Amino acid sequence: MSLPSLSVIANVAVSGALTGTIYGLMALGLSAIFGVMRLVNFAHGELMTLAMYAAALGFERYALDPFVCMPLAVVVLGGLAYLLHRGLIARFERRSTEARMLLMLALGTIIGNLLLLSFGPEARSVQPAYALDSLAWGPLLVDKSRIYAVLAALAATGGLVAFFRWTIMGKAVRACADNPLGARVAGLPVAHLYATTFAIGTACVAVAGCAMSTLVDVTPSSGPAFTLLGFVIVIVGGLGSMVGALLGGLLIGVSEALAGVLFAPSAKTMVSFGLLIVVLLVRPHGLMGKAQA
Amino acid sequence: MGSVNHRPDRRTTGTNTSTTTRRTFGAATLATVASSVAASAASSVLPRAARGEGGAGKLKVGVLLPRSGLQSLIGQSCQKGADVAPELLRQRLGVELELMSADTESNVDTARSRAERLIEQGATVLVGAFDSGHTAAIAQVAEQHGIPHIVNIAAAPQITEQGNKFVFRNFPTAGEIGRNGLALLGDIIRESKAAPKTAVFMHVNDTFGQSMAKGIAALLPKMSLPFKLLETIPYDPAAKDLTVEVTRAKATAADLLLLVCRLNDAIILRREMIKQRWSPMGVVSPGSPGLYEEQFFKVLGKHADGCFTNTVWFNPKNEITQAFAAAFKKRFPKDDLSYHGINATYTFDALLIAADAFKRAKSTDPKALAEAIRQTKIPATERVTFGGAIRFNPKGQVEDNQSVVLENIGGKPRVVLPKGYAEATLAFPAPKSG
Repeated sequence: MSLPSLSVIANVAVSGALTGTIYGLMALGLSAIFGVMRLVNFAHGELMTLAMYAAALGFERYALDPFVCMPLAVVVLGGLAYLLHRGLIARFERRSTEARMLLMLALGTIIGNLLLLSFGPEARSVQPAYALDSLAWGPLLVDKSRIYAVLAALAATGGLVAFFRWTIMGKAVRACADNPLGARVAGLPVAHLYATTFAIGTACVAVAGCAMSTLVDVTPSSGPAFTLLGFVIVIVGGLGSMVGALLGGLLIGVSEALAGVLFAPSAKTMVSFGLLIVVLLVRPHGLMGKAQA
Repeated sequence: MGSVNHRPDRRTTGTNTSTTTRRTFGAATLATVASSVAASAASSVLPRAARGEGGAGKLKVGVLLPRSGLQSLIGQSCQKGADVAPELLRQRLGVELELMSADTESNVDTARSRAERLIEQGATVLVGAFDSGHTAAIAQVAEQHGIPHIVNIAAAPQITEQGNKFVFRNFPTAGEIGRNGLALLGDIIRESKAAPKTAVFMHVNDTFGQSMAKGIAALLPKMSLPFKLLETIPYDPAAKDLTVEVTRAKATAADLLLLVCRLNDAIILRREMIKQRWSPMGVVSPGSPGLYEEQFFKVLGKHADGCFTNTVWFNPKNEITQAFAAAFKKRFPKDDLSYHGINATYTFDALLIAADAFKRAKSTDPKALAEAIRQTKIPATERVTFGGAIRFNPKGQVEDNQSVVLENIGGKPRVVLPKGYAEATLAFPAPKSG
């Protein structure tokens, strides 16, 4: 097989980078939740799937564009996540890591099966008017949906960074992450802050899910693949690191795309897992994560 | 017509060295229970009464199809053909069929266990199961129990190449489909006088796709087709995004896309072609599902047009086909048979073979039924699907299933070749989509 032309490589790399940015946003939510609460959210992919279903149903039943549906999904899923944390997950706060993992696995399974029961096994797609449109810049051809999705992902990422850096609540959440006991002693409402963090992490997934719904079809069984991908990204980027999650998403997106075009399409997944193993061997705390003392 | 890669929901915790597998405990428990049930079913000798022996007037047929999961739409389409069968066959042959339907959930292990359960519940013939991987698993079970298995749709050659005595298939093998499909591609080129010089071949990477790829690779050099194959690109049947694959195919600048696909991936791939503004002279499937399914048209609208499938189909000129079409319309008034062309008709014909054998055997004894199936001789005019007389060779394979060229025109698959059966005029190269 001859080497693909530069324009092919550039097209694939740009497409991979754009998709990787959305992956990054999805992983950002996972990373934020882990970074603050040390909660390994195995239901993350199912929450993403839930957001994709919200976008698909909004489009099917009310002709709502997924990007219009997005703020609604953020509020609804974020609110549900807050209540879920206060009502259930918080009760496991002092339980073992394994018990909390199993709880999240159970929640993920329940969400997946509820989707199956409610909507059946068929794939659902969102096809707004621009779904098949693409923009051309010289040899570069990028589809519009991907550009819109990335703009939404970047806006959400910017909002999240601004929240953690410049708001009182964001600083309080970071204080909880740094020293939960100190935060309690200082009188911070830790339970509320944890639930808020879980809601924010889920809101990230809501944005990523609505954006992703314009790119890929969704089925009730889509969740596990997203969760797995999210973990690969945060482990590569560094658990708990927001920048790492974004970097990991980009890296996985681009490397998968390039592997597909330079080697074989079936090498895509292999490369991301290969990358994971290399990172675990060379830098076990991830590219941007902090080594534990 | 191929297997689906079953992916376990495995998730690593990412913490320390411990690894947690999702649903481990639940899945392990269920698997244990299921396997013990299956084992006990397999080890028990089924009572003769349960098999309906002794001249009972009704034939219990276990129909196994992927009615949920990745292949659910196609499985449900096949099921419609089965649902029409009992009443129509009672009217035509005077025999009673009792269908025992089971969902394989697009999963090989489920297909195997459901086959076991159907036999345990008294099915004396099995029909199914669209997917080659599932079908091979069911064939094993049927063979172990000595229950005839009539394959409705499944193309992997090994299904009838392993010396099975109870497995019968009225559907072409991947090699036959490929050979017929490529021969018809030659007809398209000759008929249209278009001359594609190059082609790229994309195929779904599962049992069916690999069988087809092997067949096509072996056949192409012998077929005297005017184009050169530039590259073969396999892809994951469960892929959610085919950007890279399509970019790579487009980069070959081939005149023709040869495609062996399924439904979901066909939709994703076609969408990606539109996004990437790639319009080869034609997208031609030498005999796979996907491009002529209802969902393909529903999702893609006008972009579904201009795709070709060289495939087995139903014979609209036969009286039995017209009767089947009328019964189908009555039972499913909202459905158009064109969208269920292969699935419903080949499933019906499998049940026709069972009913015909039952009528001649005058028994529900599986061995007598198998012997009667072996002696089947249904004339070409008495079958719904397109081909010669239905006769099984010593391997249990019907050899004379023929193909037609379907072109998607105006939101429907239309027969354009052979000319004697054409419903519309061939338009090749395909008109530019969008």
